[in-house]
Amino acid sequence: MQRQVALIKQSLFDQGYLDEQFVELEELQDDANPNFVEEVATLYFKDSARLISNIEQALERGSFDFNRLDNYMHQFKGSSTSIGASKVKTECTMFREYCRVGNAEGCLRTFKQLKKEHATLRKKLEQYFQLARQAGPKETARRPK
Amino acid sequence: MAGEVPNLEASKLTALVVDDNFVNQSVHHKLLDRLGIKNDVVSNGQEAVDVHCSGRNYDLILMDMDMPIMNGIQATRRLREMGIESKIAGVTTRAEEEEVKEFMEAGLNDFQEKPLTISKLVSILHNLEFYVQT
Repeated sequence: MQRQVALIKQSLFDQGYLDEQFVELEELQDDANPNFVEEVATLYFKDSARLISNIEQALERGSFDFNRLDNYMHQFKGSSTSIGASKVKTECTMFREYCRVGNAEGCLRTFKQLKKEHATLRKKLEQYFQLARQAGPKETARRPK
Repeated sequence: MAGEVPNLEASKLTALVVDDNFVNQSVHHKLLDRLGIKNDVVSNGQEAVDVHCSGRNYDLILMDMDMPIMNGIQATRRLREMGIESKIAGVTTRAEEEEVKEFMEAGLNDFQEKPLTISKLVSILHNLEFYVQT
């Protein structure tokens, strides 16, 4: 079971979904907060769902308010950076670049990819946390090789 | 961060986290906790000002730049105008030279780029002379 947890975690790093920041968060877990990373991840997905919804509404209006879109994405990027959500962060950066140059099509295309990466990360992390809880706290504190 | 994480509980340092992002609030709060630094969290610059107006004071303030109502630059200036001498460290994802310069000139003592980690926080504490790294 612990080996399975380790393999899932390794693949998240190997495939670029997570970066070193996630390990930093795991190292903050202690006896008082053994599920700290899962709690932060839950916060992240709640917050990012709200941001995705706001961005979707803004895009559906048709008139692209690039300033507003950039503000939303700045928040999204900030959260993604703090949790180590590497692929999502990259898409946020790209989206902001398209906002900067006023490229609506680029924004739409990138947003579609961002939602895909976000959904994949969510699914993989849910699986990881579920298995990690079953396996016990030991495995989550180890750095991937 | 490999190696020992310093425990500064005995120093009785206090800190204020100023950030509108819930994920960052949670992470920064926990980072400070891990170092043994008691800390409060507020969501924007105006709340940071208000908490000081209510009489609270902190050794260290971790100040985000981009926040609604009152941003980090405005809040830092306001706190300095109020005579608050706490050490203020700007913590932001923005790292363009001009933006950092403006933030520093508002009255920061130090600056770190997000994401904040134990290493970066220890670096802040060392730069601000709260902790001597060995």
